[in-house]
Amino acid sequence: MQPLAIRAYTATTALGRGRDAQADALRERRSGLRRNDFGKDPLDTWIGRVDGLEAAALPAAQAPWDCRNNRLAWLALQQDGVIDAVETLKRRHGADRIAVVLGTSTASIGATEEAYERLDAENRFPADLARPRVHTPHSLGGFVLEALRLDGPCVTVATACSSSAKVFAQASRLIDAGLADAALVGGVDTLCGSVLFGFNSLELVSAQPCRPFDAARNGLSLGEAGGFAVLERAAAGESGLQLRGYGESSDAHHMSAPHPEGLGAQLAMRDALARAGIDAAQVGYLNLHGTATPANDTIEAHAVAALFPSTLHASSTKGWTGHTLGAAGIVESVFALLALERGLLPGILNSGAPDPNNGPQIRFGNAEREIDYAMNNSFGFGGNNCSLVFGRA
Amino acid sequence: MLSASIEGIGFWSNGLPSWQAARDFARDGTLPEGAPARPSPQLLPPNERRRAPDTVAVALDVALAACQAAGRDPKTLPSVFASTHGDLGITDYMAATLASDPRAISPIRFHNSVHNAAAGYWTIGAGCMAPTTAISSFDASFAQGLLEALAQLAAGSEAVLLVGYDSAATGALTSVWSSTGLLGGALLLSAPRSGALRLGASLAAGEPPPARGPLARRAGGNAMAPMLPLFDALALDAPHTADSVILKAGPGRVLRVELADA
Repeated sequence: MQPLAIRAYTATTALGRGRDAQADALRERRSGLRRNDFGKDPLDTWIGRVDGLEAAALPAAQAPWDCRNNRLAWLALQQDGVIDAVETLKRRHGADRIAVVLGTSTASIGATEEAYERLDAENRFPADLARPRVHTPHSLGGFVLEALRLDGPCVTVATACSSSAKVFAQASRLIDAGLADAALVGGVDTLCGSVLFGFNSLELVSAQPCRPFDAARNGLSLGEAGGFAVLERAAAGESGLQLRGYGESSDAHHMSAPHPEGLGAQLAMRDALARAGIDAAQVGYLNLHGTATPANDTIEAHAVAALFPSTLHASSTKGWTGHTLGAAGIVESVFALLALERGLLPGILNSGAPDPNNGPQIRFGNAEREIDYAMNNSFGFGGNNCSLVFGRA
Repeated sequence: MLSASIEGIGFWSNGLPSWQAARDFARDGTLPEGAPARPSPQLLPPNERRRAPDTVAVALDVALAACQAAGRDPKTLPSVFASTHGDLGITDYMAATLASDPRAISPIRFHNSVHNAAAGYWTIGAGCMAPTTAISSFDASFAQGLLEALAQLAAGSEAVLLVGYDSAATGALTSVWSSTGLLGGALLLSAPRSGALRLGASLAAGEPPPARGPLARRAGGNAMAPMLPLFDALALDAPHTADSVILKAGPGRVLRVELADA
C-alpha cells in the first residue's frame, strides 16, 4: 500500500470530546467509567457514557437522521478540525473523489429498540420513529455522507468490534485502486439495550470497572464513542503521521470465542507488519484489543509474546473508555496516534495483579518516550481480526 | 476502469434455488418443481444447518455454489459479504425481547445479530483464515461490495468471493421496511484472465433505470434486489445482449458494469 497521510484525527469518548481530552485523561490515569445509569432497568455494571448526547442536535436539514448514534457522530465530527480537513480535500479533489468508510456494530439500533417500546395499537412504529433509514446498519454512513455533502464511495463496515479498524484497510484499497483520492474514515457506536443485555447474556459483563490483563479480571465494561480520521495519499518527502500498514484475518473458529491459540490475531499482526515493511522490534507501542474477558486477554497476550520482543510497550485502554465495540478501532487508533505524536504510552487502568500468562510486553504503568511506530489491534465476533500500523514520516 | 473475471456464480431466491434454475427461468420462464422453502448450506454441520438464521443459510449456500462453479477451495479465499439489513428476523427478535424481558435475550441470537454473522459462519465452516468483511450501504450495498471486491483484486488478491443477501422484514419492522422473500447472489471474481467472462466497472453520476429483467420482476421485493440487473444480464448472456448494466451505487451515483467475453 502507499503510505496515507493523516490530515486530521479525533475521538470523543467517556473521557470527553476531542484529542486533548483523551490525552489528558490517559496521562492523568483518570477513567471515564461510571456505574451503569443507562436505560430504565440498568444492569449492575460500569459503563463509558458520553455526556451531553441527549441534548445534542443534528443540523436541521439532517433531522430525519436523528438518533443517539448519529448525534454522537455529529458531535465527534465537530472536534479537532475534521470538517475543515474534509472541506479542504473537497476543494482539492472534488466531493465525488472522497470516500466515506465508517464502522459500527449496532448503528442506530437503539432507535429501533425505542420504537418497539412504543409500538402503536396496530403494532406499528410511532410516527416520530417511522424513519426507515435510521433502522438499518447504513444509518451512520448515510448520515455522514449527506451532512458533509460528499459524493464518493460510501460504505458502513459492520464486522462487530473490528469494524472501525477495517475502515482504514478498505479506504486504503479504494485510494490505491483509484476509486478515491482521499477518505473520511472512523466509527461510532452508542450504548443500547442490544449490547448491554446481549453481552450480559454471554456472561461477559463485569459488575466492576473492567481490569484488562489482571489475574482476577472477570469481564468487560461497555462504552460508547465516536472518532474519525481524514486520509489522503502522502506526498513524497512530506512529514507527519501516516497509516503505513494494515492486516486482516479470520479465526475460522467460533462466532463469539477467539481462536484458542490466537492464530488469527497473529496472522493479522504479521500481515500489518509485512505491509508496513517493518520488523516487530520497530513497534514502540501496541494498543491491544484487551477486553478484560478471561479468554480474550490470555490469547492476545500469548499472540503478542509470540511475535514481539520484551521491549514492546503494549496495553489495553478499555479501563479508560470501556469497550466501545464498533468504535474501538478508531478510538484506539487515535490513542496509537497520540502515542506517536506526543510520546504518551498509556498503561492499563484498574489492574494491579498481572496474570502470570502475560508476557513482559503487557505494561500496567504509563510511559513517556518518543517512538517510531504504533500499532492497534481490533478483534470482533465471527473471529474477525484487524491490525493497523501507524508511523511518522 | 476496474476489471475482473467472473469464474463462478451462485444464486438462491424463493422458488429458484440455484443459478441453473435462475438461468432457466430467465430464458424461458421455467420454474423447477419442488423447490425447497429454505437453503440448506452444505458447509455447516447438519444441526447448525437447521438452526442457522435465514440470512446465514442463503449467504453460505450461494457462496459455496460460486466457489464450486469456479473449482475454487473456499478455504483460501478472501470474501466480501454485503447486506442491506443483516437479518431482519433477528433484529425483530432482539428489539421485541428487549421491550418485554431484556434479561431473557438468547446468547446465540445475540451473537447471530451481528452484521457479520454470515461472514463469520462462512469462515468457520470453510476453515478459512483469509480476511472477510461485512458491509452495508443501503440500496447501494451490492455495488459497494463489488467495488470493494474489485479493489481487493487491484491490491493484489488473486481471487475474491462477493456475496449479496437479504431476508424478509418481520414483525413491527414491516411498518418501516417492506423487504420480502429470501435472496442471495454470489460471484467468484478473479484477476482478469483470458477464457473467462470479463466484468469491468466504473462509477458515474446518475440513477439506474427501472429493473425490468425476469429475476428483478420475480424477486424485486427483496432489499438486495438492486443487484438483480446484473444477475439478469448474466442469466441472459449479456455479452451478446447488452452494452452495460447500471447498478445503484449511492445517492445520485451509479456503478456502470460492462460484461464481455475475454
